[in-house]
Amino acid sequence: MGTMTDIEQALAAGAARDAGGPPPQLLEAITTAAARDGLLDVRYAVIDAPLGPLVVAATDAGVVRVSFDSPEVAAEELARRVSPRVMAAPALLDDVRRELDAYFAGRRTTFDIPLDWRLVTGPFARRVLTRTAAIPYGTTSTYAAVARDAGNPQASRATGNALGANPICVIVPCHRVLRSGGGLGGYAGGVPAKRMLLDLESA
Amino acid sequence: MQLPPFQAVYDAHCDRVWRFVVSVVGRQDADDVFQETWITALRAYPDLRDIGAITSWLLTIAQRKGIDEHRARRQRPTLTADPPQTCPTTPPYDDDDGDDALWQLVRDLPPKQRAALAHRFVGDLAYHDIAAAMGTTPEAARRNVHEAITKLRSTWAP
Repeated sequence: MGTMTDIEQALAAGAARDAGGPPPQLLEAITTAAARDGLLDVRYAVIDAPLGPLVVAATDAGVVRVSFDSPEVAAEELARRVSPRVMAAPALLDDVRRELDAYFAGRRTTFDIPLDWRLVTGPFARRVLTRTAAIPYGTTSTYAAVARDAGNPQASRATGNALGANPICVIVPCHRVLRSGGGLGGYAGGVPAKRMLLDLESA
Repeated sequence: MQLPPFQAVYDAHCDRVWRFVVSVVGRQDADDVFQETWITALRAYPDLRDIGAITSWLLTIAQRKGIDEHRARRQRPTLTADPPQTCPTTPPYDDDDGDDALWQLVRDLPPKQRAALAHRFVGDLAYHDIAAAMGTTPEAARRNVHEAITKLRSTWAP
């Protein structure tokens, strides 16, 4: 700021002395008010899971994303694909956290929380994931069987792509779909995570 | 233009907006003004044209909210008759919040001078950015800061 007079120095020092950030509870007050006013298009929270942290995001319509990415990467994707009005708001995701906690503890076999399918691109992918959501807890299916149930037995590659792009991992159980030969196939959270989920469900 | 997630904007700027708000309205009213600032910013965010100007954009909103608060307070007769600064031991003021003595004098200045000082010494903005945030010219911004400092010099005893 160049040469400062005594009073300018005192103003700068006073501003620095009052430095620090806002009380942490203000962020929750802001997100709660924003959601009430319909301004918070997407809220997300990081949920601890046995597979590692999951980023769970919801719109007014329901859970839109369950991601294995970091919160920063997940928020950036949500801003690009849903709306830039996206904020961390753990208190607004208590419902889905409770269901996931119970699932990971082996106390829940289905999810009741509403889902928002808007990140599923195309009608075939939507049919694939709808079929996948109907595979019962503790059982598995195959890419070929899901392709057939989705109405196109030839489309096993497109089925694999749709499952690989599943935006709502765990809740839409793409981990229950295996290769026809019995191989695990791939998984967004890594093959060990897929193995862990299948073991959890068979226990 | 692809906007970053609003959370990233909050994380990067909440400290500076907080300091600005505290310096303009004082610690006691800062919570409300800070919240209103971010709600207003979130409402307007999808229409933001220039993410590079995000700092002065946020401080402009904070300044307007601060001036609204100042006006509202002047219209509450019981509070004007007995401004909280004169009874610093009464809650919700407490010593930990320790408003700086000089900045308490700043809050008695006219709104434009107060905002200009906060932009300069809290926001650390250059005069052309202060002018943009206040909707005035750099010369007028410089004059606001100068007049404020002259006025403070007459009342401030370090």
